[in-house]
Amino acid sequence: MTPLTLTVNGIRHELRVDPRRSLLDLVRDTLDLTGAKKGCDHGQCGACTMIVNGRRINSCLSLAVSHDGDEVTTIEGVAARSAGEETSTADAPALHPLQQAFIEHDAFQCGFCTSGQICSGIAALEELAQDLPSLVTVSGEGFRNVEDADALLEEELRERMSGNLCRCGAYPNILAALRQVMEAQR
Amino acid sequence: MKPFDYVRVGGAEDLAQASAGRFLAGGTNLIDLMKHEIETPDRLFDITRADLPTQDLASVEPREDGLRIGALVTNADLAASEQVRRRYPVLAEALLSGASPQLRNKATTGGNLLQRTRCPYFYDRARACNKRQPGTGCDAMGGFNRMHAVLGTSEACIAAHPSDMAVAMAALDVRVETRKADGTKRSLSLDELYRLPGDAPEKDHVLDPGELITAVVLPAQVPSRQAYRKVRDRASYAFALVSAAVVVELDAGRIRNPRIALGGVAPRPWRARRAETRLEGQAPSRALFLQTMTEEFEAARGHGHNDFKIDLAPRLVADMLGELTETTHD
Ligand SMILES: Cc1cc2nc3c(=O)[nH]c(=O)nc-3n(C[C@H](O)[C@H](O)[C@H](O)COP(=O)(O)OP(=O)(O)OC[C@H]3O[C@@H](n4cnc5c(N)ncnc54)[C@H](O)[C@@H]3O)c2cc1C
Ligand code: SF4
Ligand code: FES
Ligand code: FES
Repeated sequence: MTPLTLTVNGIRHELRVDPRRSLLDLVRDTLDLTGAKKGCDHGQCGACTMIVNGRRINSCLSLAVSHDGDEVTTIEGVAARSAGEETSTADAPALHPLQQAFIEHDAFQCGFCTSGQICSGIAALEELAQDLPSLVTVSGEGFRNVEDADALLEEELRERMSGNLCRCGAYPNILAALRQVMEAQR
Repeated sequence: MKPFDYVRVGGAEDLAQASAGRFLAGGTNLIDLMKHEIETPDRLFDITRADLPTQDLASVEPREDGLRIGALVTNADLAASEQVRRRYPVLAEALLSGASPQLRNKATTGGNLLQRTRCPYFYDRARACNKRQPGTGCDAMGGFNRMHAVLGTSEACIAAHPSDMAVAMAALDVRVETRKADGTKRSLSLDELYRLPGDAPEKDHVLDPGELITAVVLPAQVPSRQAYRKVRDRASYAFALVSAAVVVELDAGRIRNPRIALGGVAPRPWRARRAETRLEGQAPSRALFLQTMTEEFEAARGHGHNDFKIDLAPRLVADMLGELTETTHD
């Protein structure tokens, strides 16, 4: 067993873990935060997406022990994170704007991919705001500076969300939810 | 997953025993393979926080007129680097063509170079695979081999190298810097790093056990026209069927210093050196591009499902050369 300090949704945990444990299994089974889902367990679907030190990752392909000292946000903590406070889940606002937008746009059917979609979407919007490149706009002028910005933005968001699969095919509504939050943030 | 001892590498002293195990970087390939018990290391050396005093693993910095990329720089950070986007756009495009945003946030420069093939029979322990278990045969021959290689293969293995990043790096003539467990250093080109399968397909590269990639060095780049293109079965988040990185200069209407590297067609990023030699100093024409690239693929051998690559790859590169040199005529 290897010692591990991990902060999850603002709460610090001192743990001893089997080095084989994935971050996903640790968070779900030991910390009882079951919002993140295990879809494929091989990095192919995005259902396990968490935000670690501000970056979205697939928690299934991550050994928990390699995250010593890291700050993890799961779907249970995104609302508090949006309030920008070091709050624990208990004092948090009810929903992150993207969670609210998912409800308004009916952006899910079975809901299995949804936690991953929302964590990934939150990080995707932050990456866009920081002008981090995607394949769609890396060698062009960026969607803000071209004529058909709307069509390009659609393509841009699709590319940026390509790491999250939805077997119910809720993609159009997921994109609509993302656009709503993006426009509100401008 | 098989049990293993876990070692957090702090500094150089922790690397002395590294030949007894494997390095863990982003883990996006190694942990996947360990879950399948295709990789079963006894010891895992986690290098994600390693700090070597003279060999910075974590940053991108200018070196002479080029760029030195620490082995732990993530694919996402490298693609976002201002220097890379401005001076080596072919590399930024290749990086952003690979995997997904989540994976690129973890995948590292060193790990990406040494990721293993995606041949489905390599992944399936119930099937024969010389790369996974030497001497058992190759179920991809005569099996489903749409993703497989057509150049540089052997009777033992026809697997393709899956990296996008490495294809752009091949066209940019990078050097890979390493440090062996005893502290000795060396520097390799990508053609020196990667082995062709021959009769030992289990060995992808020439690095010794415990030899750490510390950096990839991009040489100085005279202003050139660069592009990366990837043909795949869906728009994003899929490995290449065929990809190409092309770097070329145009001087008084003549082609200068063309560099063409292909992905998805060979066990390593494939430099089309014969075509490059033929194109040097020529006036650009679409017919010349296609003919030259078709000749490059004369030695190619398809295995059924992947025959289409022998036509597709030359056309892809010819089209890219046409675009980069703004050539519309035959
Ligand atoms: C679903 C999926 C889709 C993908 N799609 C693509 C794609 O389209 N294009 C593409 O190019 N890639 C793709 N990838 C692969 C991905 O790019 C690689 O898994 C990643 O780049 C590996 O980097 P890593 O740091 O995670 O390596 P790890 O998994 O940590 O390591 C890989 C190997 O390299 C060794 N290693 C790591 N660092 C060093 C070092 N510094 N020195 C010596 N040895 C080292 C390890 O021991 C291991 O053998 C995909 C992966 C997945 C799971
Ligand atoms: S092509 Fe290579 S990796 Fe695939 S089954 Fe054959 S020997 Fe194994
Ligand atoms: S469960 Fe992690 S990507 Fe599918
Ligand atoms: S809502 Fe069912 S998988 Fe996405």
